[in-house]
Amino acid sequence: MHLKYESFIREPLVDGDKTYHQVSEDIISPIERKPGRMWYVGFVFSLILLGYGLFSVTWAVYWGLGTWGVNRTIGWGWDITNFVWWIGIGHAGTLISAILLLFRQGWRTGVNRAAEAMTIFAVMCAGQFPIFHMGRVWDGFWVLPLPNTRGTLWPNFDSPLLWDVFAISTYFTVSLLFWYSGLVPDFALIRDRATTKFRKMAYGLASFGWTGTAKSWQRAEALWLVLAGLSTPLVLSVHTIVSFDFATSVIPGWHTTIFPPYFVAGAVFSGFAMVNTLLVLTRKILHLEEYITTGHLEAMNKIILLTGSIVGVAYITELFIAWYSQSWGEQAAFKWRIMGPYWWSYWAMMTCNVVSPQLFWVKKLRRNVPFTFVMSIVVNIGMWFERFVIIVTSTYRDWIPGSWSYYSPTWPEVGFYLGTFGLFFTCYFLFAKYFPVVAVHEIKFVLKTSGDNYKRSMEKLETQSEDEFIHIATTHHDDDHVLEGAGAHH
Amino acid sequence: MAIKKFAVAAYDDEEVLFPAVKKVRKNGYKIHDIYTPFAVHGLDEAMGLKGTDLHIAGFIYGLCGTSTAVGFISWIFTSDWPIIYGGKPHFALPAWIPITFELTVLFAAVGMTLTFCYLNQIMPGVKKHVFHPRQSDDLFVMAIEINNHTPENEVMAFLKATGAKETSVQMAEEGWWYGRWDKKEAYEALNAG
Repeated sequence: MHLKYESFIREPLVDGDKTYHQVSEDIISPIERKPGRMWYVGFVFSLILLGYGLFSVTWAVYWGLGTWGVNRTIGWGWDITNFVWWIGIGHAGTLISAILLLFRQGWRTGVNRAAEAMTIFAVMCAGQFPIFHMGRVWDGFWVLPLPNTRGTLWPNFDSPLLWDVFAISTYFTVSLLFWYSGLVPDFALIRDRATTKFRKMAYGLASFGWTGTAKSWQRAEALWLVLAGLSTPLVLSVHTIVSFDFATSVIPGWHTTIFPPYFVAGAVFSGFAMVNTLLVLTRKILHLEEYITTGHLEAMNKIILLTGSIVGVAYITELFIAWYSQSWGEQAAFKWRIMGPYWWSYWAMMTCNVVSPQLFWVKKLRRNVPFTFVMSIVVNIGMWFERFVIIVTSTYRDWIPGSWSYYSPTWPEVGFYLGTFGLFFTCYFLFAKYFPVVAVHEIKFVLKTSGDNYKRSMEKLETQSEDEFIHIATTHHDDDHVLEGAGAHH
Repeated sequence: MAIKKFAVAAYDDEEVLFPAVKKVRKNGYKIHDIYTPFAVHGLDEAMGLKGTDLHIAGFIYGLCGTSTAVGFISWIFTSDWPIIYGGKPHFALPAWIPITFELTVLFAAVGMTLTFCYLNQIMPGVKKHVFHPRQSDDLFVMAIEINNHTPENEVMAFLKATGAKETSVQMAEEGWWYGRWDKKEAYEALNAG
């Protein structure tokens, strides 16, 4: 009898009758098989998108940013919109892997690996936009504080744009370390199971020679806990700093103190939507429904509902403050957002982000997989429009009516955006094929507490009194250590 | 680094493993190591291992990051090339908080991860002996070194009595080495001889 006891009110995190070996089998065997047709179709399609993106970017670099639709009034168009959108998407991965670890949320184990992978790929995509927005991209290294022959002339450490450089590169590095250090034990599992010479060698390299000694697990847990503790303020700082790009300026519509929390909530909101998009497909294609359960999707939908509501409150607060401030510039900016020439983007944002997530109050809809999938896409469309609204509709009518302008993207801008989808999904398809999509060792860790079959075997305890429970526990074991783990002494 | 002889016992359940560890230690055997497929909580204490100080190293790395950022930026902006940006003073500490924070996190995370790899002696290309191919799958594998103090017959009989699912005697390199993973043949020859 296993003595870790979890309430029956909590639904199992792993469905079906699983043993440790079955968990390895279910998650690792797709890596050892040849991928299915769907995988090839998706992968080739992603490569085509990536190729088109490369072409569009090359075009823009060769001919200059005049090929984009941005102009002197609207300097940040699709490009920075996409940057903020992608970086926001990344935040869900860190929230799941770090914040939910600190909050001891067991359900994160089923989804953290894929969500962290998504974070890393999303940050890679996001990084492309500010880099190519520089125009003379070959001078991009000027953002780094490197000694040079012009003085040395240093970058401006007081500028939010430079803070972004540090925030995003740190975020990428730390996320990568966190993700990879969790992958090492799972790579060791693939290595030890490997039947072909090549696989043994490749995963041998990737697993760093991990053997899973007691001391190394102890250190790994210390490492993960501290990395989680570091990532939590880090992820909040990243989108805070992104919001500073806007909030520290004097543009009406940008110059607001509400931006940092509002951006972070929006980032988590869109990130969870993207996690749902990916996981609904992944669990279906790789047959991982027993590990990424409807309960997992429901938990994420609840977070979407919460953050969507926070975002909604933020939108309304902005409107209220524009009126309350009695600043005509602010009032005009918001009036034109709502009913200027870009009214459609504002209302698309409002519908997708504020109205539609409220449907998740209904439990049936939260647990409905196709509905979750559709909603995840709706939310991401809405969050893209949010960034578009903030960037374009705050700048297109500036202080001088003579320079008022309108902006539409050109094909290299659209191609660039599509190209980052290509990059994202190329990486994700490779990840789904060669990496364990679910953290095997973490699932094994929670299996005996939260696995369906183990929970069922505990059913008889529900009818027992506390004294009876302790009595049975002590007669079955002479080992007081296991008892301490169960808290039966208290 | 040396090749040594080990008595190896594989358990298929933590609940057999924990009493076994206790018995092994009570009888005065020294556990070389225990290999588990996931982090088994309490195993380190049961084996008598001390806690890790990795987080203290992390804290020190973090402090290095903080002082690097503050030191470097204040040197640049107050002495090397002072420029007034946006009416801020040269020593504009609040404006440096974001970069200082990021470098603190970066140094702590990178430093800790490298220390983690160093302490565990892991890096790409490093190989270590795997006592049981299922030690990363579903078995908990205990290895005890066989030497003059722990004779083979005695320790093997003892391990079998602790409820081990499988037991074996293996010649194995106790440290790590560089090279190809498939040293299998070499080991088989070694164990046969």
